[in-house]
Amino acid sequence: MLELIVTSTLNGVLYGMLLFLMASGLTVIFSMLGVLNFAHASFYMLGAFFGFQISRWFGFWPALLIAPLLAGLIGAVVERYGLRHVHKNGPVAELLFTFGLAFVIEEVVEIIWGKSPVDYRVPRLLDFPAFTIFSTNYPAFKMFMLLVSVAIFLALLIALKKTRVGLIVQAALTHPHMVGHLGHDVDRIFMMVFGIGTALAAVAGVIAGPALQTQSNMAELLGPILFVVVVVGGLGSLRGAFMASLLIGLVQTFAVSMNGSLANIFGPLGPGNAQPLLADIWNVTIAQIAPIIPYLLMVVILLFRPMGLFGTRE
Amino acid sequence: MTDLSNVAALLGSISSKKLRFFGSWIATAIALLALPCIFSSGGSLTTFSLIGISIIFSLSYNILLGQTGMLSFGHAVYYGLGGFLAIHGMNLIVASKLPVPLPLVPLIGGISGLFFAAIFGWVPTRRSRTAFAMISLGVAELVASSSLILRSFFGGEAGISANRTKLLPVFGWNFGPQIQIYYLVAFWTLLAVIAMYALTRTPLGRMCNAVRDNPERVQFVGYDPHVIRFLAFCIAGFFAGIAGALAAINFEIANAAYLGAAQSFVVLMATYIGGVGFFIGPIIGAIFVTYLSLALSDLTTVWQLYFGLFFVAVVMLAPGGITGLLMKHRPLVRAGTIVKVLRAYLVALVPTLTMITGLILGIEIVVQHTINAGEDPHTKAFGVHFNAASPLIWLLATALVIGGFVVGRPAWRWVAKAWDEALNTAREKGIHA
Repeated sequence: MLELIVTSTLNGVLYGMLLFLMASGLTVIFSMLGVLNFAHASFYMLGAFFGFQISRWFGFWPALLIAPLLAGLIGAVVERYGLRHVHKNGPVAELLFTFGLAFVIEEVVEIIWGKSPVDYRVPRLLDFPAFTIFSTNYPAFKMFMLLVSVAIFLALLIALKKTRVGLIVQAALTHPHMVGHLGHDVDRIFMMVFGIGTALAAVAGVIAGPALQTQSNMAELLGPILFVVVVVGGLGSLRGAFMASLLIGLVQTFAVSMNGSLANIFGPLGPGNAQPLLADIWNVTIAQIAPIIPYLLMVVILLFRPMGLFGTRE
Repeated sequence: MTDLSNVAALLGSISSKKLRFFGSWIATAIALLALPCIFSSGGSLTTFSLIGISIIFSLSYNILLGQTGMLSFGHAVYYGLGGFLAIHGMNLIVASKLPVPLPLVPLIGGISGLFFAAIFGWVPTRRSRTAFAMISLGVAELVASSSLILRSFFGGEAGISANRTKLLPVFGWNFGPQIQIYYLVAFWTLLAVIAMYALTRTPLGRMCNAVRDNPERVQFVGYDPHVIRFLAFCIAGFFAGIAGALAAINFEIANAAYLGAAQSFVVLMATYIGGVGFFIGPIIGAIFVTYLSLALSDLTTVWQLYFGLFFVAVVMLAPGGITGLLMKHRPLVRAGTIVKVLRAYLVALVPTLTMITGLILGIEIVVQHTINAGEDPHTKAFGVHFNAASPLIWLLATALVIGGFVVGRPAWRWVAKAWDEALNTAREKGIHA
């Protein structure tokens, strides 16, 4: 039991940090441009596939650097030549533009790399068990993932709070016109923030690719959970995104490792096989409903806090 | 005397307006009746049935997006649940020999769509805009994932099926042949279109528009935007359920794909491509997208990519959709200045088509090198044969794209100039958009 708790906590924090790596970019972009980037998870997928391709050519370590740069560049181009033009058509058109982009990126990835998962492996340098808790080996690569995401999180925090650039970005979030009048190129700041946000998602893709599965449906699988994270945290709130990422990461990881069902808990008190639909609900295990738990959590939290955990404004 | 003639003229104009209004509905009904006589093949009847279902679904979606300003990513949930309940209803009717004919089954779908929209709609409709969009996506994922868990009700991967011919026959029709299904779909489509059009004329429909445009003001007037959004959501769910039930009747099966994200995305795209600003927009979008997806999938293997690119192009260049684009020309047509603009269009069309051709060629070459790698490089797309391995074809594609772009830019600028001039002339004549 203790073993389960320790490994699940580690895995949950890891998953949560990965989620936050993406949710942070998504949140900052949303506060700045007022548009939720539907294609954010697609950049995560692009990161994973670029990482796979580059690590095949040059090795994993160059890939860790080049793939996010490439994805960030694509992100900046999308903002400069796409989103900025759509802006005059209203917020719905902006959201739909990123939605169409997500659709197109998935198709392009399918054309280039196919529909089946690609063979993206953990680099040999990190392919060993880091430590053994109780009887299970904990892989070093997962520790590396955790390290990278925590390092980026801290770097972001320092960059946003302590540096001059971070100051300007923060100011541009709330008072873009004022910042413009002070002589800063707000459009360029927006473009760079979009590029960095997508690059962060790509970093998550590069390091998550070998551990999870690198496949053309990975954006489709992760995207909705990512949106749940930002809605539960409160749209536009970085602190909320952080809390919600960890919350959902932990809850989902714990759920996957549990095997209980209503039938297990109540035993002979159950309705038995009275009705097939009821029996379905009765016999389903927690591990089986793990994929829907984030959504259930979202509905429950929004019932009591319509603005999300840390949300303040519409 | 003049007063009397004025009144007479007014009456005449009202009755002629009414005549035109009812005349257009009656003409539509006659056209729907006559359609199978012109295109009688089984394939086209199936296409028409699919288009009819898609029209109801898209119009129901536009109650949300176009009329109430709610961008939903999960509308297929009510379509799918309507379909499942209709199948279960049909099986129940057959099993317990209830005297219910097939034409009433879509009502089961509609009521279940309404029921589930009322359950799932309360939380998402509290918020509007982006938050609503995301929550609707979350709820849709919740239902879609649950459908794979509750196997006894949703039938797992395979879905559940029913036999539509076993129900009570109506006037000797057992609804086996596709032509009878076509008439069933056409009947329900006409009914649903009339009902949804009438909805836009009711006070509720008007309040929906108000909530879309200025929710704060609606609150000041004394209405609760949340309740109005919720009502619109329920009504949209009702019509989506009817569409889902018709689809279930048409295919005699309902499976998890009915309520999946892909289905929600297709209806969103169809509605937006058609145009959300006008009642007729989603109808045009449904016809266009259904036809396009059937036609393109015959022509090329990567039709979804073209579909996606087309959607992005519509969002970027024509946010009003096809209908919005056409309606923009109305003042020019009335002022008689359209000819100049049309001439400019014709000129600009040449480089644009060149660029698109180059783009398609490029995509098809890449497809030939990745998906069909190792096969014969002599390939065919859109009915044209070419050799994807030759460097010449690469050059040609690049040249077409760059050449089309370089010539196209000034051409479109010229179009914009002609457009401005034509619009100014129209304004001088006192005709406004």
